[in-house]
This record gives sequence, structure tokens and C-alpha cells, in this order.
Amino acid sequence: MDALVNKRIKRVMKGDQDAFAEIVELYQHQLFQICYRMLGNRHEAEDIAQEAFTRAYVNIHTFDQSRKFSTWLYRIATNLCIDRIRKKKPDFHLDAEVRGTEGLNMYSKIANDEELPEEELMRMEVQERVQYEISRLPDKYRAAIVLKYLEELPLAEISEILDLPLGTVKTRIHRGREALRKQLSNL
Amino acid sequence: MMNACPEKVIRMMDDYLDGEISPSEEKELKDYVQSCSDCRKIYQELTKTIAFVQSASHVQAPPGFVQKTMASLPKEPQRAGIKRFMRHHPLFIAAALFVLLMSAAMMSSFSDDQQFSFTKQPNLVVEGETVVVPAGETVVGNLTIRNGDLRVDGELEGNVTIVNGQYMASSGVINGEVEEIDQAFEWLWYTIKGTFRDAVSFFGGNDQSIDK
Repeated sequence: MDALVNKRIKRVMKGDQDAFAEIVELYQHQLFQICYRMLGNRHEAEDIAQEAFTRAYVNIHTFDQSRKFSTWLYRIATNLCIDRIRKKKPDFHLDAEVRGTEGLNMYSKIANDEELPEEELMRMEVQERVQYEISRLPDKYRAAIVLKYLEELPLAEISEILDLPLGTVKTRIHRGREALRKQLSNL
Repeated sequence: MMNACPEKVIRMMDDYLDGEISPSEEKELKDYVQSCSDCRKIYQELTKTIAFVQSASHVQAPPGFVQKTMASLPKEPQRAGIKRFMRHHPLFIAAALFVLLMSAAMMSSFSDDQQFSFTKQPNLVVEGETVVVPAGETVVGNLTIRNGDLRVDGELEGNVTIVNGQYMASSGVINGEVEEIDQAFEWLWYTIKGTFRDAVSFFGGNDQSIDK
């Protein structure tokens, strides 16, 4: 897999855009997933995932091919997500004050997506709740939790993506886990 | 993080959930969780939380994401093309740099040599800034004169190069080539030619020394 990706990266470096399309194809879902879980919004997630791919393309010559490409790509994406979260913090704060409205928004959003059977909707509700609780985590815990439990990446890789010492990553995961436990204890 | 339960149990729980607990500590943790209901509650909630988070369905990028992303890529700017060219052709850059520096060096060696100078040969006579091969004398060897003239009354066996000066027609004989160089550009050209000739004679034998 890595050798295959590196071959494509070499082609991209020589100016072959089609090779980059293959890379986007390969990583689109995982990258979108990270952005979606970080931002809690499909539209923004698409926006940021696209931006992350663009940055990777423009800066492809700074990528060290002896390293893992996904680590580099996820790092670009998580940094963009954290920037976005910090920029919209005032808005988010307003949202948090009228929590009831937001729940309603999310609920109507699901209903709009597609007509789902009742039991499916019940299951969906738990998932929406989990997503909601993740998006309430402070951004530094959120990134660690998403990479650990949704992307299921090893701690060493998370520490590389977030550019943090292993110990710090662990602490963030522990704190994020504990915060989620409290938030979800009534579920 | 938790109030009622000892710090150590919480740490062991974290280690356990990180998958980094030693077998002996794992047993210790299990025993403790069995005996303490608060710890058990935390432990169960934590594992439930993880299960919930992991049960979150995997989302997929929206359809058409690849095409949209590719369409949004910047057209490769010109400068990137040049940069890439430089990265991929270091030898070309090295050669260009070499030529640049060499010509700079030759130009400066031209302007450095603004003083009158000539190749020392035993029986040459100097009159002001004119080098004279006296009548009846024979000078053997090549002669280079800078910023001065040459008059040959006797005989010269060798090539003559005069930079910023003149060969004055005279009664003597030169068995060799005479070259006059006046301008910086010609000097540069001569130096390059000379280097090339040296290289040729170095590889191809001494065809240079044959007199005309």
C-alpha cells in the first residue's frame, strides 16, 4: 500500500494530476470521516477535507517519502479542523446556550435526509448523540479521541499526526474519555 | 479524576483501556473492580462510552467528492514548474552556475591585469612600454605582453599574444602566430579558446608546437 502510494506521489511531483486523483480516491472517506467527526457538520467537513487535499497537492514536494503519507495528510486535516473550530468558537458558544434548538435542528436534518424506519431512527439517535457529545469536547481532546476511537490509529501515529509527545496524547485521550463518560452516563 | 476511588485504580483503568497494562496489574485491577462498586460503575461506563463512540457508523465522503476536489486544485503556477525543473535537474543548475562564475572570474582577471607585463625571456629589451627583440638576437619561446607593444627587430621563435597593445610592423621575423586582443570580450573568448586548446593538446598530443 505505501509503495503504491509513493509511486503515485512521485508521479504527482512530476506534475501528473491524474495520479493525485487516485490518491484522493484512496483517502477521501477516511479524511472526510476525520473532518466530519471533528466538525460535526457534513458541509464544513467536505469543505475542510477538500482544502486538506489541496494543501497536500500544493505542498507535495515537502512530503518526506520515507514517512507514511496518511500521517502527513491527516496532520494537515486535523490542523485545518482545529483552526476552523477555534475561528467559529463565538458562534458555537451561542449554539450551546440554546441547546434545545440545536438538538431539534439535528433531528430535522436526519428526517430530511431520508425516510427511515422507526427502529433505524432510534439507533440513529444514539449515534447523533455520540457525535454531538464528541463535538462538545474541547478541540484538543476531540482530535485525540477521533483519531483513537474512530480512525483506530495506534498511539504512536496519533502523536505524530498531532505533533505531540506520546504522554500528552495519552493524557488527552484519558481526559476526553472521562469527559465523554460523564456526558454519556445518562444514555 | 474520580473522587471515591484511589488514583492508582484509575491509572490502571486507563492503562487497561489503552491496552498497555501488565498481566499482574490487570489481575489487580479486576480484583479491585470486583470489590468496589464505584470503581465498577466507572469501569462499566468507560467501556460503554468507548463502545458507543466506536459504534458510530463510518461516514463516507459525499458522491462526486474526488471530481470536486480535483476541479478545485490550483492550476500549477509557472514558478512551481521552474522550481521543479531546478529540483530535478541539479546538474543543469550546477553547469549554469559554473559558467556564470567562470566568466566572472575571467572578467575580473582581465581587469586585474591592467599593468604592463610580459613573459620574461633572456634577451628581451624594454623601451618604455614596448618590448623589443633586438636586431641580431633570437628569442625562443612563446611571448605574452599585456598593456604594451611589441617590436621585433631580430628573430622570435614562438607564438605571440598581445593584450591591449599592438604588434608594430618591423624588420624582424616571427616564427609563430601573432594574436592581438583588445577588448574584454575578446579576452574572455581567448581564455575560453585557450582552455579548450590546452585540453585538446593535453589529450591529443603536442600538435601545437609545430612552427609555421
